Amino acid sequence: MNAPLRLMHDGLLARAGDPALRNKPAVIVEGRPHTYGELLDSAQRLAAALGERGVRRGERVAIYMDNSWFCVVSIYATWLAGAVMLLINPQTKRDKLGFILDDSGARILLTDGHIAKEFLPLLTAAPSSLGVICSGAVPAGRGIDSLELLLRDTPPLREPPATIALDLAALIYTSGSTGQPKGVMQTHQSMLFATGSLIEYLRLDPHDVILCVLPLAFDYGLYQLLMSVQLGATLVLERSFTYPAQVFERMRAFKVTVFPGVPTIFAMLLSAHQREALCFEGITRVTNTAAALSDSSAARLRAIFPHALVYKMYGLTECKRVSYLEPELVDARPGSVGKAIPGTEVYLLNADGSATPVGETGTLHVRGPHVMLGYWNRPDLSERMLRPGKLPGERILCTQDQFRMDSDGFLYFVGRSDEIIKTRGEKVSPVEVENAMLAITGIREVAVVGVADELLGQAVRAYVVLETDASLSIGQIRARCIACLENFMVPQQIVVCADLPKTSTGKVSKTALLAQMEG
Amino acid sequence: MATQAVAVEAKIRGYILENLLFSNDPAELPNDESLLERGVIDSTGVLEIILFLEGEFGIEVKASEMLPENFDTVDNMVRFVGRLQGKP
Repeated sequence: MNAPLRLMHDGLLARAGDPALRNKPAVIVEGRPHTYGELLDSAQRLAAALGERGVRRGERVAIYMDNSWFCVVSIYATWLAGAVMLLINPQTKRDKLGFILDDSGARILLTDGHIAKEFLPLLTAAPSSLGVICSGAVPAGRGIDSLELLLRDTPPLREPPATIALDLAALIYTSGSTGQPKGVMQTHQSMLFATGSLIEYLRLDPHDVILCVLPLAFDYGLYQLLMSVQLGATLVLERSFTYPAQVFERMRAFKVTVFPGVPTIFAMLLSAHQREALCFEGITRVTNTAAALSDSSAARLRAIFPHALVYKMYGLTECKRVSYLEPELVDARPGSVGKAIPGTEVYLLNADGSATPVGETGTLHVRGPHVMLGYWNRPDLSERMLRPGKLPGERILCTQDQFRMDSDGFLYFVGRSDEIIKTRGEKVSPVEVENAMLAITGIREVAVVGVADELLGQAVRAYVVLETDASLSIGQIRARCIACLENFMVPQQIVVCADLPKTSTGKVSKTALLAQMEG
Repeated sequence: MATQAVAVEAKIRGYILENLLFSNDPAELPNDESLLERGVIDSTGVLEIILFLEGEFGIEVKASEMLPENFDTVDNMVRFVGRLQGKP
């Protein structure tokens, strides 16, 4: 009898224990295959090393790495050690990295030598109990362990801790309208449920070969790995989509069947297609989320992926994914993001809690095992998003996003109720960018807004008022931004102006600002 | 030929320093350093570079040429541009 899968790493244990799958590639990283057996062995070695460094059940392990073999090993090692993993985008600069490490109370940082410039200053800042394990070039004299040496020298962990399905598996940090990122708490049970629901509606099977060019630190990227391992399929992991021709070669060489992207990636693909016709006959599923894929882009993608089902989806980190549109209905339901994912339900409510009538705009609520437990250390913010449900003790997710539902129950996105900007599929908090820019000497006021952009979805635009005696060039402002913000957060457009329109309470009026811009 | 390569290199360096590194310091940009590894470019950055090279040097970049060996360092870009310009 097969043991039931309860924890996120149970799938890996099952695949690696199956003689038919043990030698199958679990991940192919930058062209190099690693089998299920190898993944489990490496993860058990690192898990043992984490245990030796004092990591106990429920403690946090931060993974600040590129999409790499070591990143994949680190994720499963953290779970095998009974700990909670959090993935930090390797573009993150030191201040925000420091915030996330403090906020999460991470015990260990797993990282790469080539980003030492960002994490080393944090180690000297305060006497901390943070242990660091680093791949690649290990900075000397700081008591930092080499990940490669630990994998070579530590015997695999044989007795896993007594983790249960209700324990936390991950804190998934996401940008918020308050300006500070917050950690979405997900249990093993809810992540396993979400993984299964996604596999079901995407109609994936163990023969699929899934591409991942999205950062694993982005939950959309992470779930490509989780689905693949859960199924016993193969993941082709690339560092990014920066060099499309390289990705195309790997797609052909490894017979990729599933292509997950965001609108910016599809825009790049269509632009490459114009230079030189592209056609991937082996791709059978194409998925989009993070921002809407226009119906015209979806139609043009059919020339590139003639045999693929195209999925339009909608989600938020707080429940991983909300809805998807059956690919056969893309033409019949233009503009829709479909219905609730399998095993969950959604409904629209008005501000007073009453049901929103068909065709009218209301706030989307989500009910299902995939809903987060709340935000780590932020009960105030959790309360805003989680509301009492139908049953005693139950909590449902109030997404704060505005939707319409038609008479057949299909969802249409209307708008967000916060100011979050979506650029290249990433969430950008205007407050976070404004705070970083206000810290630049010479800037008096700043207002950050999102403006429509064909390639990026939205471009980040900053309106800046300088101090009277300041002489900052736009180049200098961007240079300062790039030192403290992730690349995708750095404003593509900076407009210096004499003043900013204000509301009666003295706050910058972005509505007035946008109106001026239109006019 | 050599003088031409020097001019190409200067233009490429000038573009990257100004538009991607936002810096006036030439030491910030070693010619053999991986731009991806350093986080200087990402997927939209490489498109910007390609559009710049096409406009500046009158070349046409094919989708199949969007590879690190052509774009990941200043040296690689200079070689790539030189090869395309050398073609009839």
